[in-house]
Amino acid sequence: MEFWKRFSRHRGAVIGLVFLLLIVAIAVLTPMLFPSSPWRMVQRPFLPPFTMDRFPLGTDALGRDVLAGLAYGAQVSLIIGLISTAAALLIGIPIGLIAGYFGGLVDDVLMRFTEFFQTVPSFALAIVLVAIFQPSIVSIIAAIGIVSWPPVARLVRAEVLSLRSREYVEAAILSGQTNTTIILRQILPNTLSPIIVLASLMVATAILLESSLSFMGLGDPNLMSWGYMIGAARTVIRQAWWLSFFPGVAILLTVLALNLIGEGLNDALNPRLSRKGK
Amino acid sequence: MIGFILARLGKSAAILVAIVALNFLLIHAAPGDPAAVMAGEAGASDEKFLAQLRTQFGLDKSLPEQMALYMKGVLTLDLGYSYRQQMPVADLIFSRLPATLLLTFSAFAISLVLGTLAGVLASARVGSWADTLISTAALIFYATPLFWVALMAVILFSVTLDWLPGFGYETVGAGYTGLRRVLDIAEHLILPALTLGLFFMAVYMRMTRASMLEVRGLDFVKTARAKGLAPRTILWRHVFRNAMLPIVTLAGLQAGQLVGGAVLTETVFAWPGIGRLMFEALAQRDYNLLLGIFFISAAMVLLFNLITDVAYRVVDPRIRAS
Amino acid sequence: MSEPVLSVDHLTIKLPAGADRPYAVEDVSFDLKRGEILCIVGESGSGKSMSAHALMGLLPEGVAPVAGKILYAGVDLLTLSETDLRDMRGRKIAMVFQEPMAALNPLMRVEDQIAEVFEAHGLHTPQERRTRAVKLLEEVGIPDPPKAAKAFPFQMSGGQRQRVVIAMALALEPEVLIADEPTTALDVTTQAQILHLIRALQRRRGMSVMFITHDFGVVAEIADRVAVMQSGQVVETGTATAVLGAPQHAYTRKLLAAIPKLAAGQGRRATKASPLLQVSGLNKTFRTSHGLFGRSERVVRAIDQVNLTLFEGETLGIVGESGSGKSTLGRCLVRLIEPDTGTVTLAGVDMAHLKGEALRAARKTIQMIFQDPYASLNPRMTVGRIIADGPIAHGVPKAEALAKAAELLSLVGLDSSALARYPHEFSGGQRQRIGIARALALEPRVIIADEAVSALDVSIQAQVLDLLADLKQRLNLSLVFITHDLRVAATICDRIIVMQKGRIVEMGETHDIFTRPQQDYTRLLLDAIPGRSMDEAAVAAAAR
Repeated sequence: MEFWKRFSRHRGAVIGLVFLLLIVAIAVLTPMLFPSSPWRMVQRPFLPPFTMDRFPLGTDALGRDVLAGLAYGAQVSLIIGLISTAAALLIGIPIGLIAGYFGGLVDDVLMRFTEFFQTVPSFALAIVLVAIFQPSIVSIIAAIGIVSWPPVARLVRAEVLSLRSREYVEAAILSGQTNTTIILRQILPNTLSPIIVLASLMVATAILLESSLSFMGLGDPNLMSWGYMIGAARTVIRQAWWLSFFPGVAILLTVLALNLIGEGLNDALNPRLSRKGK
Repeated sequence: MIGFILARLGKSAAILVAIVALNFLLIHAAPGDPAAVMAGEAGASDEKFLAQLRTQFGLDKSLPEQMALYMKGVLTLDLGYSYRQQMPVADLIFSRLPATLLLTFSAFAISLVLGTLAGVLASARVGSWADTLISTAALIFYATPLFWVALMAVILFSVTLDWLPGFGYETVGAGYTGLRRVLDIAEHLILPALTLGLFFMAVYMRMTRASMLEVRGLDFVKTARAKGLAPRTILWRHVFRNAMLPIVTLAGLQAGQLVGGAVLTETVFAWPGIGRLMFEALAQRDYNLLLGIFFISAAMVLLFNLITDVAYRVVDPRIRAS
Repeated sequence: MSEPVLSVDHLTIKLPAGADRPYAVEDVSFDLKRGEILCIVGESGSGKSMSAHALMGLLPEGVAPVAGKILYAGVDLLTLSETDLRDMRGRKIAMVFQEPMAALNPLMRVEDQIAEVFEAHGLHTPQERRTRAVKLLEEVGIPDPPKAAKAFPFQMSGGQRQRVVIAMALALEPEVLIADEPTTALDVTTQAQILHLIRALQRRRGMSVMFITHDFGVVAEIADRVAVMQSGQVVETGTATAVLGAPQHAYTRKLLAAIPKLAAGQGRRATKASPLLQVSGLNKTFRTSHGLFGRSERVVRAIDQVNLTLFEGETLGIVGESGSGKSTLGRCLVRLIEPDTGTVTLAGVDMAHLKGEALRAARKTIQMIFQDPYASLNPRMTVGRIIADGPIAHGVPKAEALAKAAELLSLVGLDSSALARYPHEFSGGQRQRIGIARALALEPRVIIADEAVSALDVSIQAQVLDLLADLKQRLNLSLVFITHDLRVAATICDRIIVMQKGRIVEMGETHDIFTRPQQDYTRLLLDAIPGRSMDEAAVAAAAR
């Protein structure tokens, strides 16, 4: 309750949440709203937007419905955003927990490993991973997960390091609790707030990454995605601006909504920190 | 300081070697035989030609052997030969590197300077219309796909308004020299550098604003006020200098993303840098070239990191002393 | 004395909405007379610091004066523009803060930070500013002033930093100096030096000093006059002799009574019993290496050949200043820090060399109470679970452990309804009681209390000390009481160990340590205890 009160104090976050729910609703209802394939030719090519009520956003170079493409693209963006973030969390959280809790050599090795991944230009690595393992939804999710876990590991480690020396953790050690119990019950719950905030921002970044990959022609060839739509429209940008404009706006608004939600979560979950930012 | 730089150089070299090794393994884990691909394209698929190609590429040797050979080459800056482009990889890369360096460093400079200035301005007037404007702009830039801004910029400034060239590094066939050529390149640089810089500008702006607000609440700022110092002096001498520390760190971490972002920018603006070269190499399965580009871009990132580490030590006496 | 330099007249300061009370300071009046030291004394939240910040126009955002005046040289400071206030700050009224490290800009050299005061008011050439900075450093007693001027704050000790802050405040020879808890963050011997310095400077320059503190000992050392504050109001003002000797207000009397008395321990005699915990040859060295290959190594001998014995049923105090190794020693006893060499024999078992399951079992006998009532309880767990988790980890069924937790809560004086509540719902003193209940949950024989009352206000401190003494009796516990506060040690300890730089300097019965110290360092510590005159007066009064 307290959480909602603080979250809703951030007006942008509420708008972001409403917009995100709308996108989710569209993604879920897409098969009902647009029963036919988004790849099917439905009208003459290059139908400008707002000329036909049935195809309000017009058609592309092959006469496909832009609006239907956007709806199917929402599915792809959300699924890839969520699953790849989950993958990054699954890699990053354990590494951060172990490095921070046990310290010493373990920490050294894990952190060198993390730094190493941060040195490799992440977008370039993602491109190569997807290209080498052939573009597909699995390889894209894996690539995004692999390039985006290091910040998670670093954040979790930093949190654990500060919690590790907290007196209540020392008290738990003295009371005979095992390392596993201490990590899972005393430490992990207290790192969740910053992780949740980071995760919401990571979904946004993952959506941007996926759209960039698709734009470069490295999307899943069977899935209609926003990045692919922009990439395909690039060559005809002079005669059909709307083909790249609308998908771009869709990406922008979705990512913006997620960022706003992240800010709201930060205000709600880390009230002490966010107060400074006001 | 010299000792520190040497130690950091040593560490960077070690990381670089590890990156090269990892990339090598990664590329060779790729399904598909480059020799077969090439032979297929050449229309000749007989076994003898294939075997000849394999020997020529060194693909007939075992993986560890190939790796040892490659690493030895890298140590002498011999990055191998691109059989696609019929040129040594190093020559190819160095012909494209200046364009990428120009692009990334201008984008970096623009984003850092404008981003921090905007952040300082916003933090100095929290809640004012200027703060709202800057914060909103940062929020939007932060959420905009880089390649899309690039396209929209081309549509607006190049196609519709015809103010700036929309692609290329310079006007082809104009044969400009001297200052005229510099201006021509600068004109071509504006759109790519701005679009690449936009996202990072948003990052630095948000970070600067948050950091300034945090430092502003610290005790020594109160001391400075108690001395009777003017607000402007307090802002720059006390708040800004301390607020810059996390931004310098961030700038180092962002270097990798900057190089990655260059791939997209170069693609949209047909900028002849190594980002585009990389994409071409990937499409043609030109593995030697790809590895070479990885090597160079990793070296660039490490260089960025080193520069920011040195900058941090210059700014913070505590690190210097330890 | 003479006419007031500064007078606060019916001042009311509003707190932002959502604070625990509407006003930080309500209808407060007091005068600061020329050439006097006025101590504003009160517990945390009494509004003493807010009044000081209001004088400088340095109140935090959202906190603002709503009524009253602050008169200085015939002008109401509250009506001054920011520009006029700025001109006055540093030149007429200067301020010294609590945390000397935080009060200095970490990135600027000391001389630049002092020179800045002249610069702010457009005085002198840059060259002369620097010369004056060095002179000021000399005046506040920093060794080798030219070298100190070039140093960065992190290169100095806490006491030196506070001297730098004082030098900055004195630069323009202000008429009024406001000192906001300037010695609270310092060790007791450093505190004595800084108090001496402030007193000497005040006399030499004829300044008026407004000194804010929570410590009546400090008041006794330095004050000419005293104003006692309680939740935003001044309850009593008067000369130091009057307020300390014959307090009029009940709250003042309560505070004075709560101060641990040095004399208390002097009558105490240790009773001989069998040894329970024996430490011999204990060592711990910390190494911090910098750089890739650990080229420059800093070695700190945190514990250096420590031998000690804790007898059954006694309270053994370990006292020392920061960096003496007393906390490291406490943590080595329970193996929160691994000692390098030596043995810790507890009831016949060598704790220092146990591993895994055996260590887990042995730790049941020795538990700890921590310093920080906020960091020592997991904010996401109910009080019940916090207390019961230990027994549960040792195999006690959950329901039984929770029932036991309820009993323990009533033992430490809390209602058993606390079980289902979270730590943030409790005050500092209550949290410390919960921490004690947790330590008792495993039915230990030894409890290590690490600065267990240091973070508490003096009146709460007295209650927690009473509780500990009472529990020790009832449960036949032995206590290792680690503290920097010799007053607290005097009231609760049977024997005392004095530590310095990782070594035991002196060990003896409390009575002997306080009346016949054998070592110079012990004497130095004892002399530095603020407000000894109060105790001597009390002893004299008792003898009469």
